[in-house]
Amino acid sequence: MNKSIMIVGVGGQGSLLASKLLGKLLMNEGLDVKVSEVHGMSQRGGSVVTYVRCGEKVYSPVIDKGGADCIVSFEKLEAARWVEYLKKDGVIITNTQQIDPMPVITGAAEYPENILDELSEKVKVDALDALSLATEAGSSKAVNIVLMGRLAKYFDISYDKWIEAIETTVAPKFVELNKKAFELGYNY
Amino acid sequence: MKELLIGNGAIARGLYEAGCEIVSSYPGTPSTEITELAAKFDDIYCEWAPNEKVAMEVAFGASLRGKRACCAMKHVGLNVAADPLFTLSYTGVTGGLVICVADDPGMHSSQNEQDSRHYAIAAKVPMLEPADSKEALEFTKKAFELSEEFDTPVLIKMCTRVAHSQSVVELSERVVPELKPYEKNMQKYIMMPAMAKKRHPFVEERTKKLTELAETSDLNREEWGTGEIGIITSSTSYQYVKEVFGDEASVLKIGMINPLPVERIKNFASKVKKLYIVEELDGVIETHVKNLGLEVEGKEMFSNIGEFSQSIVAEAFGKEVAPFDSIETAVPMRPPVMCAGCPHRGMYYVLSKNKITVLGDIGCYTLGAQAPLSALDSTLCMGASVSGLHGFNKAGGKETEGKSVCVIGDSTFMHSGVTGLINIAYNGSNSTVIILDNSITGMTGHQQNPTTGYNIKGDPAAKIDLETLCKAVGINRVRVVDPYNLKECEEAVKEELAVDEPSVIISRRPCVLLKSVKLNPPVKVDRDKCKSCKMCMKLGCPAISMHGGKAEIDKTLCVGCGVCEQLCKFDAICE
Repeated sequence: MNKSIMIVGVGGQGSLLASKLLGKLLMNEGLDVKVSEVHGMSQRGGSVVTYVRCGEKVYSPVIDKGGADCIVSFEKLEAARWVEYLKKDGVIITNTQQIDPMPVITGAAEYPENILDELSEKVKVDALDALSLATEAGSSKAVNIVLMGRLAKYFDISYDKWIEAIETTVAPKFVELNKKAFELGYNY
Repeated sequence: MKELLIGNGAIARGLYEAGCEIVSSYPGTPSTEITELAAKFDDIYCEWAPNEKVAMEVAFGASLRGKRACCAMKHVGLNVAADPLFTLSYTGVTGGLVICVADDPGMHSSQNEQDSRHYAIAAKVPMLEPADSKEALEFTKKAFELSEEFDTPVLIKMCTRVAHSQSVVELSERVVPELKPYEKNMQKYIMMPAMAKKRHPFVEERTKKLTELAETSDLNREEWGTGEIGIITSSTSYQYVKEVFGDEASVLKIGMINPLPVERIKNFASKVKKLYIVEELDGVIETHVKNLGLEVEGKEMFSNIGEFSQSIVAEAFGKEVAPFDSIETAVPMRPPVMCAGCPHRGMYYVLSKNKITVLGDIGCYTLGAQAPLSALDSTLCMGASVSGLHGFNKAGGKETEGKSVCVIGDSTFMHSGVTGLINIAYNGSNSTVIILDNSITGMTGHQQNPTTGYNIKGDPAAKIDLETLCKAVGINRVRVVDPYNLKECEEAVKEELAVDEPSVIISRRPCVLLKSVKLNPPVKVDRDKCKSCKMCMKLGCPAISMHGGKAEIDKTLCVGCGVCEQLCKFDAICE
């Protein structure tokens, strides 16, 4: 199984945990894995991207335009920002949440209306209100795991293995919450 | 056992397995996790030093006493530590000494894009360059062996994509070499002219021996391909080359970037029809290869700016890249911003409002340069705000003294701001220094520093008292303000700028992201009272936006700092 997945969002939304979970899961499958993270300045509310790649042998840790089988977006504008990185037959899984970037807040730019409609005309989009589902699971911070639950739909890896990866990745006291969040995303 | 580790984690693991016992570093992206993760091993003593020069000298001392030691820093940190590095090359080591330096091509979180490989050449020390986590671990262990065998510090060069990419590594046991007895050796360790003159020939001889090693070492390796072209490459560029060419091209993968082999490169060149070099940033390998008189293409095809990727490599070689879909709508940029409730915001608002010239420094607070605060006039390097302000005021005199300040974080002030303050006191400029004390090293992800009262393990430690320190260096006017209190900040800034002597304002409130900080309930906007004046928008707070002509506060982001409440003339913002 060769897969290239991008996790995109706004700094602070929890993409590092999602990529850690995904990396561990894929390694447990016996695959070669590379996960490229972003640390430092862009984490402060900026646009962030994490690349996850797996296969028999993975060389490059990054994904280029037209290279991602799947883009998991924590915020809908970020889905639009990275759309060119999607493969022709790839899918975007996106949270429908809107977080205004600073140029929108200051009035220097406008948040594009109906951005998901425009995206859907061009590529396959699987959109869900992950924030509400995460809140339902017990914490608005679990958006990342809700989206991982949705991503699992596109993988040929059993539900139990995902749960196992969650159990070994998140802090013990948050395991139940995250299992619930994963389930809500998976069954959405 | 196999594990998925980021490159920096693999270095930390390598330090553990190699029996390294002392690590001293200053945090800096993308190098920070080397030391943070090494500190998780109880068998390694780790510390955050005030700056990279101190860190390297600590590692030197530990090596002198016979133990394996390491220091890690970002590329610009090596500029700070360049002084000990160049003479460490002469003294050599007793216990193995490894220096990790992490470059940041593409400047994800840096103020320049310098190529650290030049330091290895200039200081005449070997440099290893891993291309993934597996090599990062192996090379770290190898670096200690080389260090002790060749009596030299060894540099390990990382870059963002190796440092922050997770890949699979194989773990082994820790092996601690026997402690070497301490012996006084003045000829080797006292670098005054008479001794240093004898050590320089040793360094030149050592480089010759290391070059011989490079000819045969498995740190460098040939991967013979099916096609006619040959590519010399290293680090993450190797990964992109392999991604594009697979087994089609022959590759000479360089793991020891200094010194480079001679015969091995000539031999490789002779066996391929056309020779290329793929390397990020400067043409370091290329210069070497061209000096050997070989015909090669490198920087004619590739930029010396920014990061590469597989597509960049493919395009340079005229290969097809993947097709993709685009949308027509322009997507607004999302630059990083100061967090909601960031304690720097209040002080920046006051400086911006009063149109004060602000010399800035390195840290989260550099983000105050962005609209709408647009509060900064310069950012150069760690500590330069304080020394720069002194020069600015010496040149500007009364014209600038009354309307210019500098801002510097607590950790940056400890790193190299205090020396600038000493200069202000000693050479007497009427300068106003603002220390933005958020009680942590923020940008790199919350590392302790000498002002926080805790060490790298989170245990209580000596706490530098900034007020006392500033007074001790000769500043008589030192005052503390709360940046959540705009009136207090404005009064302090106006008063200190008005007086005819240097002063320090400590703007003190802990980083809002610290777990120990108790957050207030979010505030909200009374839409009936909001007159759409947009005063609150001047703060550039990510929690505040305008919707339907009225201000709105995102309750998931707001931490109730209350700064916007103080700006609202219509009492429209309340709990």
